[in-house]
Amino acid sequence: MGQKILFEKIHIPGIKTYDVYRENGGYASVEKALKMNPDDITEEVKTSGLRGRGGAGFPVGLKWSFIDKKSGNPRHLVCNADESEPGTFKDRYLMEYIPHLLIEGMITSSFALGANLSYIYIRGEYMWVYKTLERAIKEAYAAGWLGKNIKGSGFDLDLHVHCGGGAYICGEETALIESLEGKRGNPRIKPPFPAVKGLWQNPTVVNNVESIASVPWILLNSGEDYSKIGLGRSTGTKLFSVSGHVKKPGVYEIEMGMTVDEFMNSDEYCGGMIDDRPLKGLIPGGSSVPILPNHLIFKTANGEDRLMTYESLADGGFATGSSLGSGGFIVYNDTACIVRNTWNFSRFYHHESCGQCSPCREGTGWMEKILWRIENGQGTEEDIDVLWSIQAKIEGNTICPLGDAAAWPVAAAIRHFRDEFEYHIRFPEKIKNRDHFVNEPFEKVKHLMQNTTV
Amino acid sequence: METLQRYHQDINITPALTERINELISHYPEGRQKSALLPVLHELQDAHDNWLSVELQNKAAEFLNITPIEVYEVVTFYTMFNQKPVGKYMLEFCVTSCCAINKAEDVMDYACEKLGVKPGQVTADGLFSVVGVQCLGACGYAPMLQLGDFYHEHLTTQKVDQLIADCKEGKITLHDK
Repeated sequence: MGQKILFEKIHIPGIKTYDVYRENGGYASVEKALKMNPDDITEEVKTSGLRGRGGAGFPVGLKWSFIDKKSGNPRHLVCNADESEPGTFKDRYLMEYIPHLLIEGMITSSFALGANLSYIYIRGEYMWVYKTLERAIKEAYAAGWLGKNIKGSGFDLDLHVHCGGGAYICGEETALIESLEGKRGNPRIKPPFPAVKGLWQNPTVVNNVESIASVPWILLNSGEDYSKIGLGRSTGTKLFSVSGHVKKPGVYEIEMGMTVDEFMNSDEYCGGMIDDRPLKGLIPGGSSVPILPNHLIFKTANGEDRLMTYESLADGGFATGSSLGSGGFIVYNDTACIVRNTWNFSRFYHHESCGQCSPCREGTGWMEKILWRIENGQGTEEDIDVLWSIQAKIEGNTICPLGDAAAWPVAAAIRHFRDEFEYHIRFPEKIKNRDHFVNEPFEKVKHLMQNTTV
Repeated sequence: METLQRYHQDINITPALTERINELISHYPEGRQKSALLPVLHELQDAHDNWLSVELQNKAAEFLNITPIEVYEVVTFYTMFNQKPVGKYMLEFCVTSCCAINKAEDVMDYACEKLGVKPGQVTADGLFSVVGVQCLGACGYAPMLQLGDFYHEHLTTQKVDQLIADCKEGKITLHDK
């Protein structure tokens, strides 16, 4: 059993309600914070080494320190609860089962930033969670933790929950701000960064749910205590949402530093592969990050143990590594078709592209179409090179990272599973059924590739 | 817009709905009421058979004191807003990777066959429609669908049968108001 920070109290019966949450020490970090100098709170968060849990991993305390306090304009904290990256469902779990933890983190963090009006932007599909948060916020107002002059401190804070309309792009922080302003979710060109000109052109910090929910523990203990949990620069605990072909999918909180092997195979976590089938690939951090083939999952290319940390999951760069990303941990066994899955992701990114930048708007569509052609037995050898060329031309050439996110899974699939693409092209009659590898896993038919020359 | 106006929608802005919309608008500072657009559109849509006619979109513009085009450009951007009638019970199956490898396509095909519709179509009685949607954040509980404000997870064909039967008997609550 590792240390639990976010899930410490999540299984207490009734913890969703204010009374039970408060009886179990809830809102103590607000009491402590209100007696502190706000900048000292930011320093504690810096010391903790907490890195943004939405996917980018940028240090939270450092991000806070960029907020413009000199202009005198109103400041805002916006919580990014737009969670839409395929494979990721950790924030939903936290908000659904212990909503007051996020609200407590929002109050403490808003105080540190000097924000008097803050929002939680939640994806519109999580409508029942939106209602849960709305009720929890009403309870917090009634108990005097929100509103004017909170607990006699002189600090005012209004907090509201805001629902989106079904757009992955709104998880990008500037698109989220546009959306919160009642517009289409088109990302803005940076700079200026939100810390200077964000919501309504006011200084704004946008943080992920899990990041904000970690702040109360850091404040009640210390940044130093937090930094001792985990491994190296991967401090603290991290939520992983596990899906795919494992025995026990779900959301787990782990201390960073555990081996991937233990996480995947121990009964406490994923419990090993469903039906004990062979492991084919792993996406450790949401659909955007490169898929790792079997031989690079438990060991890095150097033969070291692969660990559940930012550094180890990225070891080897994109050639032989991946990224911790959002913690969306997707496991594929030998029945999964990499071509079909890559097509599925390209369809997703094509659907979700906002359309501002041509490389992304057009490129994601071309990738989807070419992958569909290959998956349906109409591809040519040349298509693989065209795909490679398209993804390379999207990456780095767009305003926001959606373009990169669309390019990386395609690049990784070709890099590690090129033979599966070639198989689809050479043996169209073998892949007519969409369950082709369920009926006949690739490993069993791979030998055909050696017998045929094209 | 011409093609969209072919569909007629009865608009009924009840006092309770007005009160709720005004509450949502109050969450944003004076002069920033446009920010309430997405929450307001959800409320209007939920109260009007889950779709937004141009006339209803114009109502949203009136509430927020913005021009109609500011509403149209938003409605056409976000997938949750329906611009033509959908089934009273719209079964939205997630078809992204983690659901797809757990037979989401088979379960969705089953629902379509049972209801006699293709994805995107509405049954003749107006009760049901089926659509495939992108990742809903329930990857560990696949396959799944969204119906109104709620998720139905770990789907099987038997569960789909039960759900359809419950809808027909009026046992399903769509919205948490």
